[in-house]
Amino acid sequence: MKKKIKIALAGNPNSGKTTIFNNLTGSRQHVGNWPGVTVEKKDGTFTYEGIEMKVVDLPGIYSLASHSLDEKIARDFLIEEKPDVVVAIIDSSNLERNLYLAVQLLELGVNLILDLNMIDIIENKGIKIDIKELSRVMSIPVIKTAANKGKGIDNLKSAVKDIYDRREKNTFEIDYGNDLENEIRNLSRFLGEKKILSRYSLRWLVLKLLEQDENILAKIKGLPEEKEVEKKVFESIAKLEKHFGYDVETAIVERRYAFLRGLAKECCHKIMGIRERKEITDRIDQIVTNKFLGIPIFLGLMWLTFQLVFTFGAPLAALIDSFFGWLGGIVSLGMNVLAAPAWISSLLVDGIIGGVGSVLIFLPNILLLFLIISILEGSGYMARAAFIMDRVMHTMGLHGKSFIPMMLGFGCNIPGIMAARTLESEKDRILTILVNPLMSCSARLPIYTLFAGAFFAKHQGLVVFSLYFMGIVLAIVVARIFKSIFFKQEVAPLIMELPPYRLPQVKSVLIHMWEKGSLFLKKAGTIIFVGVIFIWLLASLPAGVEYASKESLIGKLGSLLAPLFSLAGFGTWQAAVSLLFGIVAKEIVVGTLGTLYGVEGMGLKNVILQQFTPLSAYAFMAMSLIYIPCIAAIATIKKETNWKWTALAVGYSLILGWVVAVLIYQIGSLFS
Amino acid sequence: MKPLSKTLTGEKVEIIEIRGGRGLVTKLLNMGFYPGVIVEVVSNCGYGPLIVAKGGIRLGLGFGMAQKVFVK
Repeated sequence: MKKKIKIALAGNPNSGKTTIFNNLTGSRQHVGNWPGVTVEKKDGTFTYEGIEMKVVDLPGIYSLASHSLDEKIARDFLIEEKPDVVVAIIDSSNLERNLYLAVQLLELGVNLILDLNMIDIIENKGIKIDIKELSRVMSIPVIKTAANKGKGIDNLKSAVKDIYDRREKNTFEIDYGNDLENEIRNLSRFLGEKKILSRYSLRWLVLKLLEQDENILAKIKGLPEEKEVEKKVFESIAKLEKHFGYDVETAIVERRYAFLRGLAKECCHKIMGIRERKEITDRIDQIVTNKFLGIPIFLGLMWLTFQLVFTFGAPLAALIDSFFGWLGGIVSLGMNVLAAPAWISSLLVDGIIGGVGSVLIFLPNILLLFLIISILEGSGYMARAAFIMDRVMHTMGLHGKSFIPMMLGFGCNIPGIMAARTLESEKDRILTILVNPLMSCSARLPIYTLFAGAFFAKHQGLVVFSLYFMGIVLAIVVARIFKSIFFKQEVAPLIMELPPYRLPQVKSVLIHMWEKGSLFLKKAGTIIFVGVIFIWLLASLPAGVEYASKESLIGKLGSLLAPLFSLAGFGTWQAAVSLLFGIVAKEIVVGTLGTLYGVEGMGLKNVILQQFTPLSAYAFMAMSLIYIPCIAAIATIKKETNWKWTALAVGYSLILGWVVAVLIYQIGSLFS
Repeated sequence: MKPLSKTLTGEKVEIIEIRGGRGLVTKLLNMGFYPGVIVEVVSNCGYGPLIVAKGGIRLGLGFGMAQKVFVK
């Protein structure tokens, strides 16, 4: 069998790596316009001229020094796994800084191709990049792509094959000037003779030691020559710093950038910098990041989101509702005609149509929510939201960047928890993960829509908005408390690039919306389906019992738990079991009620109007928001942290949910 | 010499020194913000995060970080 070619895509955040990856492999990985969309390496394959190629999409990095978990994933892959070919994806409108990473990759000794991506944007402005000159100076192949339009992808594929076939040793080196070069030579000779860490390129290793790169210093630790190496490096650094008058790391970075500034000037027929787009971006930023307007604008956008989700979602949901109502009627009738046993009819109508149907009704709302989230992600506003909230978050012991995982949590807590990888400090990361489940994910939306629609029809948007807002406030309060108990040190300061605003692409927004929507459908067809059948079964047993009565198994189980919630106003056994099974997936809260009452949509609304009061409905929604993350979220927390933090996440949310629900009901009762 | 946090919107300043934790200094250096670079303060409301520009790059800095970058 022929060997697979292993290709890595490396580049700055927002340079279009994932778009290239999707183009190469035909996959549909999520793209967005903010730093940190990709936090995990993703594999894909494609065949070119009969050769199988494996591509790995990596999180965005600025250099080979890693600061956060996502950067470490990219760095470790490039340095330790030695891909056959690395494609440096360059945002052509920021040549200098994007090439900075490429230079480091060349020093590392990888087989590199430069891909000038988003070339159409700058060519439209009349800027030409001389790729022949670029290719000559850096002695590597250079190609152009406009990946969002699918242009240049074939060139990229053939360039990968070419460079793999040739396998020439790249000879490009930046001249760091006599003083630095002397020390580089000295140290290279020393490390080369001793064969220290010889799996790395010698020149790269020496530069990293001079830069005092923490990851490489850690590798030296424990070697028999540790003391000797440290002494030699220290001598070199001391000598150079005495000469320069400032630290060696800065000197090295400065020389790399000086070289690239010259190179960029030589290769561009107009000075870089895109006037127009920049001006639009700055003008928008002056408004949305304004000290008085920033937060009100953000809240306004959120409020608008819920208004849209409900205004446009409601009529569509009503359509699906009448479909299930009709279907339930037909099935019952059919079963009667066929004289099928009553239990089959009950399974189909009460269990499946009532349970799954009551959840599926909310598909339009969920699609709309994801549509808006996709637009926000694609526009570049996401990074601004983090930016404006930095100050608020800081006073609460969180990091501005923590806000992005929180926003993503509105879609689903799982990507939200993963997105915390972009935080530089481990403690900030864990704190962000712990409070993420307090963000109302789309699975809570069916619960809110059902209850708010039944009890607060006129102010549905506002009531749901208040729940989302409650989640944010609680997250901030909980973070503050955990911060003072577990992580007493200061929050790391915010450094974040704000990408230029872009009009989100219709196609990628729709794809993203559909992917999330189909995930919801899949969930309805699998876990929710199985869940409601299980609940139906518990409601029908022991044999001969009246369906969904207090004497059924589930009724007994619920009656056991129900007293716990009577202080919160929803002490019915049905409410208790719906919360219990909701831990599997939050949609099941609604599914359970649908199954137990044997109705969905309007029918279900009418039933809960009997079972709850507006106050207890609100307490129930608050409880559903806060108590215990769903199983998938718990598993993700475990994967990203450890058992200790996972237990804390489950424990605090249960207690907090109960306390808040009780407070709402008890304090509310005083006024009514 | 003054910290970046004390600059005004629209001011063009030269970075002189970056203090603070090693990791963050390294990050800023590698992002192209090192001593000698001229940056433009795109927005600084005086007490919160601020935005600086270098060429086409917009960088958001938290107040804590802005106090550690010294400019003239």
